[in-house]
Amino acid sequence: MRLEKCWFCSSTVYPGHGIQFVRNDAKIFRFCRSKCHKNFKMKRNPRKVKWTKAYRRLHGKDMTQDSTFEFERKRNRPERYDRNVAEKTLIAIKKIDKIRVAREARHHKMRMKGKQAIERQAALTELEKSIDLVKAPASLLQESQITPKIKVKVADTQPQVEHMEE
Amino acid sequence: MVQYNFKKTTVVPSGKDFIDIILSRTQRQTPTVVHKGYAISRLREFYMRKVKFTQQNFHEKLSAIIDDFPRLDDIHPFYGDLLRLLYDKDHYKLALGQVNTARNIIGKIAKDYVRLLKYGDSLYRCKSLKVAALGRMCTVIKGISTSLAYLEQVRQHMARLPSIDPNTRTLLICGYPNVGKSSFVNKITRADVDVQPYAFTTKSLFVGHTDYKYLRYQVIDTPGILDRPIEERNIIEMCSITALAHIKAAVLFFLDLSGSCGYSIEQQAALFHSIKRLFMNKPLVIVCNKIDLQPLEGLSEEDMKLVMDMKAEAIKSVIAQGGDSNDEGVLLTMSTMTDEGVIAVKNAACERLLNQRVEIKMKSKKINDVLNRFHVAIPKPRDTKERPPCIPPAILEARAKANVETEKRKLEKDLEEENGGAGVYSASLKKHYILDDEEWKEDIMPEILDGHNVYDFIDPDILQRLEELEREEGFRLETEADDDFEMDGKELTEEEQALLAEIRRKKKLLIQEHRIKKSTAESRPIVPRKFDKDNKYTTERMGRELSALGMNPTSAINRVRSRSISRRGRKRERSLGREGEAMDIDNDQSNKKLRAMSRSRSASRSRSKSRPPGEVTPGEGFKDSTQKQKAIKIAKKSVKVRNKNARKGEADRVIPNLKPKHLFSGKRSIGKTSRR
Repeated sequence: MRLEKCWFCSSTVYPGHGIQFVRNDAKIFRFCRSKCHKNFKMKRNPRKVKWTKAYRRLHGKDMTQDSTFEFERKRNRPERYDRNVAEKTLIAIKKIDKIRVAREARHHKMRMKGKQAIERQAALTELEKSIDLVKAPASLLQESQITPKIKVKVADTQPQVEHMEE
Repeated sequence: MVQYNFKKTTVVPSGKDFIDIILSRTQRQTPTVVHKGYAISRLREFYMRKVKFTQQNFHEKLSAIIDDFPRLDDIHPFYGDLLRLLYDKDHYKLALGQVNTARNIIGKIAKDYVRLLKYGDSLYRCKSLKVAALGRMCTVIKGISTSLAYLEQVRQHMARLPSIDPNTRTLLICGYPNVGKSSFVNKITRADVDVQPYAFTTKSLFVGHTDYKYLRYQVIDTPGILDRPIEERNIIEMCSITALAHIKAAVLFFLDLSGSCGYSIEQQAALFHSIKRLFMNKPLVIVCNKIDLQPLEGLSEEDMKLVMDMKAEAIKSVIAQGGDSNDEGVLLTMSTMTDEGVIAVKNAACERLLNQRVEIKMKSKKINDVLNRFHVAIPKPRDTKERPPCIPPAILEARAKANVETEKRKLEKDLEEENGGAGVYSASLKKHYILDDEEWKEDIMPEILDGHNVYDFIDPDILQRLEELEREEGFRLETEADDDFEMDGKELTEEEQALLAEIRRKKKLLIQEHRIKKSTAESRPIVPRKFDKDNKYTTERMGRELSALGMNPTSAINRVRSRSISRRGRKRERSLGREGEAMDIDNDQSNKKLRAMSRSRSASRSRSKSRPPGEVTPGEGFKDSTQKQKAIKIAKKSVKVRNKNARKGEADRVIPNLKPKHLFSGKRSIGKTSRR
């Protein structure tokens, strides 16, 4: 019993799910569900279909190369059972998974870096340009005239008080 | 043993039939068309062929007849005599002779005429020659037609003769008429011979078959024989005599002790003695029949004496054959009515006959060839030494070993059977695993974990690699913790954020409205029917919006109101002066009324409105007002009908489609079309 990868979207195909298509040249195509199968029959290229892993990897949306991927490798020769090795493997799988997930999250964060600045800038420009929708130019002018008048000089009053006390 | 079968002789056709057959055959199987203009050789050939063909056919058929009929001298004397008796020998021979001569004559005719035809010079002559030839041949046949008829009768009778094999085992039954011969035959065979109270019921030989010691015996029933000199015997009696004479068989002479046949014992004895010569070399059994009527013991002395005489004769014949001289099988009693002793008689006769035949065979030369079939030679033991079969010791050992070995190994199957059979016990497949530690044999290893195949990860030094990985990860985390914060100084204040939110909201609304407009653009008229149907555009609304934008709306509202149409329509208020403007903000009258007032009046301000309807103005063309009024009336009348029909004018025509095509034509997809 093995978990396979869907040829179209690269998700795991569990036993009892999906369809396997064997072509005349003996190449096997496995699909996780009919969506992928039908897309394949329509001759769509998974590298051009946005929601597939193939696209995401190709366009740099997901992590491509990493040492965590090298732990998982299909072996064709069966190994003799060793209990210790089996135990270690099971523990290792969990840890590797954790690290891999963390790395993918980091990758995503790196990708999204600089988005805040751009957003802020965009907000400012929008505010400048489309202020007419919210405030009439006349009122803006009034405001700009009103506000400079409120200026309180603090420095002048103090020396007068000193003189008085002498 | 050749079976004489006279059933296969060819049918002899009567004279006329014969001719018809041959001539029609000639006509069918030779070419029929010939013309005058052919070459003479061709014509000659044509007719010669016909003559020859006819002759050949006659020859064939007559030869067949002659060959098929048996020659009385060449067949078994029994049959020869029989045929001689039944069908007068002379007559028979004569008939066949005539057929022979006819054959020769026809041959001669044909030869002569063919010779003549060779020199025929015309169609007609050739044809007449042919006709003559055929005619003569046919006459010949006509001449022998009586013989042919006789031969046909002979053939038919011959076919019905019983097929008696003169060489096989036969029992011959003879005696006076009515003694019970046919009844006996009926009893022991399946033959169904007529049994009647009158004499000479059986008129010819009848054959039945019976079995004894797994051998087939013919039983021949003969017609009764009377005591007469041979010259006076009739044909029927002669049949029996012939049979007696020629067939080597066991003879059963039947005696009627009671005399119910109509003849006394003396007469029967006399007959016996007269034909006893015929019993030479034949096993003879004297059978006393009808003992239910008259038992043997109850005979009178004279009769007894006669019977004893006959018996003595019989015994004599037995001794002559070399058999034992007891009188068991010689004189027997039986009754066909009560079935008493019938089987005994048959057995005795069969036994006697069999013995005789075996004796004869033994004496003949041929026996030596088959002698080995009777006798199996067994060697006599020379001495008393035991000689058992010899088995080498190696084989004995191997046999002993084989028995032991099969019990040694315990099979899986035996294990299965011990633990409850096929359905209950499931064999442990892991029993023979070769592992580093024996305890691991029963371990169940998971194949799948968290969406990964465990087998893909198996590696002896996986932990080592994992450590490296974790170290790496630790480094990376440290380096990244440094450059985590990226804060910009430029942040929006709360006010600005609120404004931005408002801007975005408004934009969204605009977009939504635009989208609705776009989606309904197809069904919406470009110019709306009525502007501001819902009274959306009011001064209050304007005031609200302007104050939302941050301006004072009062001046704008005032300006709008002063310029409104309801204002402009009031002449009087205007003439009074500007002072009324500020005060007269008139909201009592409804907008509709104001509108109605304002528009129609403003349009006709230059002209005076009220005129009586009948008044004629100079440019119109009416004589006087009555005429105008009449004209108005007529006009109204003409319009009335149209108005009632809701027609706008003359041109407003409705051409109805009273019989729309789609309702009055076409078949329905389901159902009948009887309603339209």
